[in-house]
Parts: sequence; structure tokens; C-alpha cells
Amino acid sequence: MEFCELTIGDARKLLFDRQITSFELTSALLERIKKYDDEIGAFITVDKDLALEQAKKADQDISDDNISALTGVPIALKDLLCTKGIKTTCGSKILDNFIPQYDGTVVSKLKENGAVIIGKTNMDEFAMGSSTENSSYKITTNPWNREYVPGGSSGGSAAAVAAQFCCAALGTDTGGSIRQPASHCGVVGLKPTYGRVSRFGLVSYGSSLDQIGPITKDVRDAAILLNIISGNDKMDSTSATVDVPDFTRAFDQFEKDSLKGMTAGIPKEYMSVDGIDPEVGKVFNEAKKILEALGVKIKDISLPHTDYVVAAYYIIAPCEASSNLARFDGVKYGFRENACEDLIDMYKKTKSKGFGPEVQRRIIIGTYALSAGYYDAYYGRASQVRTLIMEDFSNAFKTCDFILSPVAPAPAFKIGENIDDPLTMYLTDIFTLSANMAGVPGISVPAGYSSKGLPIGIQMMAKRFDEMALLRAGYGFEKTIQLDKRFPDL
Amino acid sequence: MKISTDEVTKIAHLARLEIDESQKEKMADQLSHILQYIDKLKHVDVEGIKLSSGAAFMNNVLRNDELKVSPGPDVTLANAPLRDEDFYIVPRIVK
Repeated sequence: MEFCELTIGDARKLLFDRQITSFELTSALLERIKKYDDEIGAFITVDKDLALEQAKKADQDISDDNISALTGVPIALKDLLCTKGIKTTCGSKILDNFIPQYDGTVVSKLKENGAVIIGKTNMDEFAMGSSTENSSYKITTNPWNREYVPGGSSGGSAAAVAAQFCCAALGTDTGGSIRQPASHCGVVGLKPTYGRVSRFGLVSYGSSLDQIGPITKDVRDAAILLNIISGNDKMDSTSATVDVPDFTRAFDQFEKDSLKGMTAGIPKEYMSVDGIDPEVGKVFNEAKKILEALGVKIKDISLPHTDYVVAAYYIIAPCEASSNLARFDGVKYGFRENACEDLIDMYKKTKSKGFGPEVQRRIIIGTYALSAGYYDAYYGRASQVRTLIMEDFSNAFKTCDFILSPVAPAPAFKIGENIDDPLTMYLTDIFTLSANMAGVPGISVPAGYSSKGLPIGIQMMAKRFDEMALLRAGYGFEKTIQLDKRFPDL
Repeated sequence: MKISTDEVTKIAHLARLEIDESQKEKMADQLSHILQYIDKLKHVDVEGIKLSSGAAFMNNVLRNDELKVSPGPDVTLANAPLRDEDFYIVPRIVK
């Protein structure tokens, strides 16, 4: 087996059995990044020396029998997770020189568990986008076909896993930003329940929607990472005070009939969404059959407010963004325009030069929707619709264990195809936004390929804090369809 | 909802952004297009429905009021674009 093919599970075994060293593994991956990342563009920052230093320390720990869950395993991080001493740009010029003075909670947890941070991945600026084309640094291409986008906003993380530059990665998901790129790149992406994972040290976009989660080569690795990053944190008052189960238990004594007795709901509203690509429909129907064959009962359900999800989301998220991004004012950190007349002029010139067009567009939408006279009609109403969407999900989960759907209406699109049409881009988020609006967990698992060879995933969503159901169903599905060992030739 | 270029200027000022003159028309068109779509929320019957701000547990989170060491100005101001020892420098505010 090549170094680059290793999952977290494989790597741990070989490292802990002393068959390979972390230095060898990390060096091999760095070599692969050097060779191919000019074309893929998955990383914004790779600190080779720092990674090798961590690898050497891990090797020492292993020889001292001081072994933790991820000792010596190379992991990539989306570049909006604060890493002490490593530049964290959020894909934005406004943070081009920003070096965090502390680690985000998930980063601390990875480090405490011995992980090697191999690099920081490209993304849509401040996580606003579905294609990673909104990065101020570079275009990330889809490792399966360089003419296509990897999805977004965690496109760099998904591409890094698909290109086998790391054992696994972390992304963040505000409206699908883990699940959609995972689907487009043929890897597994899990958005945990809102509150499952601390957001401390995640640069906020939509604080009521953001969650950090794993992007991995298989479902088991997603459970391994979720075990590590989950849990209440006193630094994030929205992190939930609920017990964290051992998620890898989802795979214990897994038999052929282990999914028997589970019920999957298929929302009738999802099936009548305009513009579902026939190839996505075909893969989805095949997936349904596979789950049925595994003993899952398929049931029609209804999420009556589906038609309003995109509209409500594209008020709530920009409103939260306009408030969160006000902090980048040129005073405390980041870029500052000094050629200005006064303080207000400094703010304006700093932000206008520092933020890209999509970020400015969302700040303006949010500011408009929150401005005097419009608040009730937009933010107020969208928040009421959000209540209805949450109720839709609560009702649905009374009769099914998980909801099955496509991840995106179509496979990855060509680079540049939608860049000038923000609304069309927003509409492609239809299947993923609801999980963030309702705070429920969702997973994307590879399920097939388009005729052009682009990966297509399926999504499962479960009730809050029931990631276990997603991991079980996802694992059963993965074991049957066996796409987890398939990666593109670079 | 149709947004004019004047409104773009006004909202941009509220957001402390400066939109280039050449981009205002395009921004106004894109915003109008997006807001027209969002207007479909008007068709939802929300009479008597409470507002939701998210899925966080709505409990108060308290901690003990304990004295802790602060990171200090060298850490806090490490990323300041302009500083004078322990102070951020901003353009003159009082004229």
C-alpha cells in the first residue's frame, strides 16, 4: 500500500505497530503535495518544516509508548481554523498577514491527540461560496477533472483528501460546505449536530449555522475524527452539554443485516426540485435500492417548507455575516488601508479593498435586511420560517431514522460557469441548507459517478445528536458499494 | 424588490463599504434579483409563529468569577496593523 492511500485507520495501525514512521508518511505526503498541488491548488499554506518537526515528535512519542488516537497522522485544516503561529487567511486578502496567537479548540484537540498538521486548505473567502472560486488566493481544481470545481466552501479540504495529500481533513459547514465538496470530490463529509463541536477558534460566518466536521476517505475515519473533536467547551457557550458516545461503536459487530429495522425517509418535496440532473437521479435511485437491499425501509415523507429554505437561508446567513465580519475594520488585525481621510473612510477603504465581491455582496444583503424598516420583513420573517423548517424536521424524524437525499442537484460544474450568477449558485444548495437551519447532522457518502467520471454522493440527515445513525447507515452503504478505495489518478 | 444605485450607496455606507461607481449598477441588479427571489417568503403563513435564532440550547451558560492571567498586550496586539507600544493607532477621531 502506498503512503498516500492510507486512511487514518490504516495509518494508525502501521504507525503504532512500528511498521512505518510518521516522518516517512509525512515526508511522502509533502512530496506528493509538492508534485501535484500546483495543479490542484488544495493548500494555501504548507509549513513543511513544522509538519516534519511534529512528525519527529510523534515518532518519539510512539517509541516512548506515549500513544494517542492520532499520534503521527497527517491532517489538513481548512484555513479558517485558527492555528497558533500558522497564518490563517480565511481565503481572504483581508487576513493575508494574520497569525493567530492561539489554537482553536478543534486544533488543540487534534494536537493533544498527536496529529501532524500538514497544511491549511483553500476555501471560498470566509466560507461564502459553493465552488472555492471565491478564494482570494487560488482556484482549486477537482482532482477527478481539472476543468471542474471541487465544490465549496471547504473545496481545498475535500480536494486534499481526494488527491491523497493527507489522511483526512477538517472543514466547516454553514450551508453544505463540508457535504457538497465531499460529494463533488468523492470523499466522505460529515456535518455534526449544531453544538456537537466547539466553534472556538473558527472564524465565524453564520454563528447559528457554522459547524466544524471531518472530511475523510471512509466513514470509519469520520467517526474517529468526530470522537476527537466533539464535546462541550467552556470557550463556546453554544457547544452542547451532551454526552459524546464512542462513535466507532457504530461499526461494532457490523453484520450484513445490521441496518435491518432502520427507516429512511425521502422527502417528496426534494424529488420535485427543479433541475435535478438525471445522472444524480440515477445514482440516488441506485443508492435507495442498495439501502433497501440492506434491510432499510424506505418511506415517503414531507418537509413542507422546502421551497422556502434557500430564501430564508440567504437572509439569515448574510445577516449574521454582516454582523460577524464588521470586526475586520483595520484596527485589531489584518489588512489596513492607511491612505484615508478619517476613521470612517479608513473602515470603508480597508473593507472594500480587503473583501472580495461575494463577501461584499453578502454583507450588503445582510445590512439591508437588518436595516430600520426592513428588519421585520426580512430577518424577522426568515427566522419565523426557520422555526417552521425546524418543525418540519422534528415531525419527519418521528417516522424515520434518517432522511435520504442527493447532496447537490448536479455533479460539479465547470470552473467559471456560475461565477457571475450568484442566485443560480445559491439555488444549488437546496438539499444541504436545511440541516444547518434545523441544526441536525448530515453526512455525504460517495455513491457513484457521472458519465464524465465526476463523483456523486448521497446525503443522509438524522435527528439532533444522532450522528450514530448516519455513521451506521453510511458504513453499511459504503461497505456495499465499495467506492471508498477509489481515488483519481493525478 | 428593486434596489436602486442610490440605495446601494446608502446600504454600503451603513456597512462601511465603498462600492466603486462602475460596479454599482451591477450590484444593484444582482441585489434586486436576489431580493426578488427572497420575496417568496411573503407567501408563507407565519401568523403566530415564534422566531428561531438557531438550534443552540437556550440555557444560560455561567462560570465562576475567577481571576485569570490575561494574555497581555504583546499577544493581544500581535496582529495590530499599526500600534504604539500597548495601543492601537487609529486615524484621529476628535477634531
